[in-house]
Amino acid sequence: MYIAIVIVGLVAITLILHFASPWWLTPLASNWSSIDTTIEISFWITGAVFIAVNLFLAWTVWRYRHNKNRRSHYEPENKKLEIWLTALTTVGVVAMLTPGLIVWAKVVHVPDDAMEVEAIGQQWQWTFRFPGDDGVLGAANARFVSNDNRFGLDPSDPSGADDILVEHHRLHLPVDQPVKLVLRSNDVLHNFAVPQFRVKMDLVPGTQTYQWFTPTREGTFDVLCEELCGLAHYTMKGQVQVEPEQDFETWLATYPTFNDVQSGNGIDLAAGEAGYQSCAGCHGANGQGNPALNAPNLTRLESRYMARQLRHYRNNIRGTAREDSPGQTMVAIARGIDPNTEADLLAYIETLDAVDVDGTLVGDIANGQRLYGACAACHGTGGEGKVLLSAPALAGQSDLYLKRQLEHFSMGWRGKHPEDQFGTQMRLMTRTIHSPERLRDLLAYIATL
Amino acid sequence: MTHIAIADQEPELHHPRTFIGKYIWSQDHKVIAIQYACTAIFVGLVALMLSVVMRLQLGFPDQFDFINPNMYLQFVTMHGMIMVIYLLTALLLGGFGNYLIPLMVGTRDMVFPYLNMLSFWFYFLSVLVLLASFFAPGGPTGAGWTLYPPQSILEGTPGSGWGIVLMLASLAIFIIAFTMGGLNYVSTILQARTRGMTLMRMPLTIWGIFTATILGLFAFPALLVSAIMMLFDSVLGTSFFMPAIVSLGEATDYEGGSPILFQHLFWFFGHPEVYIVALPAFGMVSDVLSVHARKNIFGYRMMVWAIVIIGGLSFVVWAHHMYVSGMNPYFGFFFATTTLIIAVPTAIKVYNWVLTLWQGNIHLTVPMLFAIGFIFTFTHGGLSGLFLGNVVIDLPLSDTFFVVAHFHMVMGVSPIMVLFAAIYHWFPLVTGKQLNTRLGMIHFWGTFLGTYAIYLPMHYIGFLGVPRRYYALGDTSFIPDSAHALNANITIAVIIVALFQLIFIINLFWTIKREPKSRINPWDAASLEWHTPDVPPRHGNWGKELPTVHRWAYDYSVPGVVDDFIPQHVPDSDVTYEPGYDRTATGREST
Repeated sequence: MYIAIVIVGLVAITLILHFASPWWLTPLASNWSSIDTTIEISFWITGAVFIAVNLFLAWTVWRYRHNKNRRSHYEPENKKLEIWLTALTTVGVVAMLTPGLIVWAKVVHVPDDAMEVEAIGQQWQWTFRFPGDDGVLGAANARFVSNDNRFGLDPSDPSGADDILVEHHRLHLPVDQPVKLVLRSNDVLHNFAVPQFRVKMDLVPGTQTYQWFTPTREGTFDVLCEELCGLAHYTMKGQVQVEPEQDFETWLATYPTFNDVQSGNGIDLAAGEAGYQSCAGCHGANGQGNPALNAPNLTRLESRYMARQLRHYRNNIRGTAREDSPGQTMVAIARGIDPNTEADLLAYIETLDAVDVDGTLVGDIANGQRLYGACAACHGTGGEGKVLLSAPALAGQSDLYLKRQLEHFSMGWRGKHPEDQFGTQMRLMTRTIHSPERLRDLLAYIATL
Repeated sequence: MTHIAIADQEPELHHPRTFIGKYIWSQDHKVIAIQYACTAIFVGLVALMLSVVMRLQLGFPDQFDFINPNMYLQFVTMHGMIMVIYLLTALLLGGFGNYLIPLMVGTRDMVFPYLNMLSFWFYFLSVLVLLASFFAPGGPTGAGWTLYPPQSILEGTPGSGWGIVLMLASLAIFIIAFTMGGLNYVSTILQARTRGMTLMRMPLTIWGIFTATILGLFAFPALLVSAIMMLFDSVLGTSFFMPAIVSLGEATDYEGGSPILFQHLFWFFGHPEVYIVALPAFGMVSDVLSVHARKNIFGYRMMVWAIVIIGGLSFVVWAHHMYVSGMNPYFGFFFATTTLIIAVPTAIKVYNWVLTLWQGNIHLTVPMLFAIGFIFTFTHGGLSGLFLGNVVIDLPLSDTFFVVAHFHMVMGVSPIMVLFAAIYHWFPLVTGKQLNTRLGMIHFWGTFLGTYAIYLPMHYIGFLGVPRRYYALGDTSFIPDSAHALNANITIAVIIVALFQLIFIINLFWTIKREPKSRINPWDAASLEWHTPDVPPRHGNWGKELPTVHRWAYDYSVPGVVDDFIPQHVPDSDVTYEPGYDRTATGREST
């Protein structure tokens, strides 16, 4: 008896939740309103069936509940009724499928005026490539990937030389311009999804896939990887910033071509050494750092990591929190570095001999080793860091410095700025440490590496 | 014409004399069925606990320090794989298939009893290998139940060493077990039906199990070869599924393989697998509805054909799991069309279940409540499938919680509602005792309302665009705080539903220990399995002579007949009609 009432109640709750709840598709920001329309059509049809079937079920259960004085009606078949129901269902299915296929035909056919952009996924970051002046993306293959050729472009393909390499997790796009997004992965499966654009497609290593859309609304939108790509899948986030054409052009002009990256500028180590003298006060003549001054060991860091941090200090991305006083010091210093000689400076630091700072923290090393499992994927099992994954070395670093940074990440004093992709990832990862004891265990283990 | 030779032969049954022969190395299909069922329910409870841990993390991110991203992915993976393969497939076919086939078609045992015994022990071994991966270095695989390469066998994914190897080995062993059991089910149904049991007189339970087993025999080999190929990629360094790639910054030696090939093979198995679970459930729920409504199943022939057509179509829809996988997008047209066509026979089944209740005389017993609950949850889950199957709608919804909600409604909650209906329905046959009704009612309401509280809101989290398989969502610009609150509520509902399952377990033990013997055939069912000389049936099932079948399994409330139902083995001459009833006037079918 109750079951009939409950089913009517569940139908009512379902309808109330559907119409009154705030949870629905996030507002559209692309040309794909036709996808939303198809969803609406499906909702009306399936909603009608849901209500009709369940209310009829509830009524039947109530009306034909057990009664000693009544017998069931014996009717094995009713051809006419069955044919009617089959026909009606078929009509409903056709009404949903037809608009679906019409819209899918649009999804499959990329318009001729679409701008081509490549999105490259790798564990666990996004980078982007534009075809440059010749309008053609050069050939690429995971075989060519190296520390100096992180995009894996084929050096022998001339059309790749002018490709513009955006080594940043934020893609800028001009508003109202159709975009064909070519998708490539150098390691495992990924997926490029922007909920507001209603698009989603896997990146498949060994082949290229694509999708297209026209961004119609200015703003910044999250890119999510939606194909499980390993341990840090959930931290693999990018952004798309849609802006007027001119702003887009200005932004694009700040990125180098493949040719620029390959040739590099002449490095003047002497100038770098001279420049380093002002760093040596805190970081030491040999770059070994000084825990008393909160200065980290620089000798195992590679120049791309250091360049990124200096950029973050300069642009109020790192070192802005009041609680991060060493960071605030570095903000002032980074702004004082001559941009023309920064590359020399960093190249010089890379030439310094590796020095290890001894650990000072005591903890349960075995437990620390277990916790380090999650760190090892990016920072290496020996804590050596991985250039291709943009992960700095941890081995040999001052444990007090590491402790402070991990605390800053977990408090949101570092890595909170949307521009700081890897900081954002570290914030998510440090949440898994949970307690000061476990942090000490982890650092005690890293000190043994 | 359907008179079958094997059923006629003198039984050559060697009755076991020792405890071990009777209960361990048993060749009796009923004992094997119970072995299958107990093992499956045990691993199912393990998988249930894994899901509670997952939900704790999703509902209350970072509140529990024993959960980390590795473990989260491992639990997601193992929960899915155990539930789909080791619980649902094993319980529906190995458990109910084994128990019901010989009794429902009227034979003494499976045609290959020894193979049947091996089938269980291989299944048992596969479960041990699977559970062993929890204790292996690196733990079980965390690649998701779909096990997609390359990531499943590369560093950076939990359990990419021992874990994945044990998983693939376990699957291979399971498939061997399934093949031995499956060949048995099909052969028994085709060759050993008793006299008079024509195909079109078989209960729908048997039609469901029969079709599902055939699907399994065609589909599982695709999984077996892909498991072996991936094992080679992982252990021997072949490149079936592995193109030239960089792994965590290091170059690899792989070259030329195709990750999408694996996905095609996996889903060529994976989609029929949905129906391997669904079709036996369809069949069993039909029988439960019919018995407890005291009414024949409506549109029996249509129901049989719907099962067969759904089974056939299930082999040409697999790539609807791959709309955004990067396969040729033109495939979308074909697979969206076939997928939506499958909705038609499926909808007919739903209509016919409801029409079976219509004008019935409905006893709201515990099995009936679960069956009605199933109609509700399956309608809901089936309709949301029309969204995902329609290729273009899959673009925004794929890989979100909408998918999770959909497949849990349609192949998680729904088959489990049927499994409970079936357990409450057939328990008196298996043990001679009826499960306690009061506890059963509590169990039903907790499970039915609780699961809807879990999955209804989950659809909306999916509409928002929240991706699945995320350990933590972090900060996004488009997820409102109310959605996080919703997630917490879902988790609470999960814990409540899990606790209600304890009531079921308690009921099993309570009933066996405390409840008195029930009446034989307590539901007054017409199908053959309830009419064995002994209840529970003994080894050999039928005493001296096999029964002869005279009618279909649904002669309930036949007009003019005194009794409420006519068992399948009762000839027309033994049916008592009301005085003065004109038998020729009814024109009812006597197939």
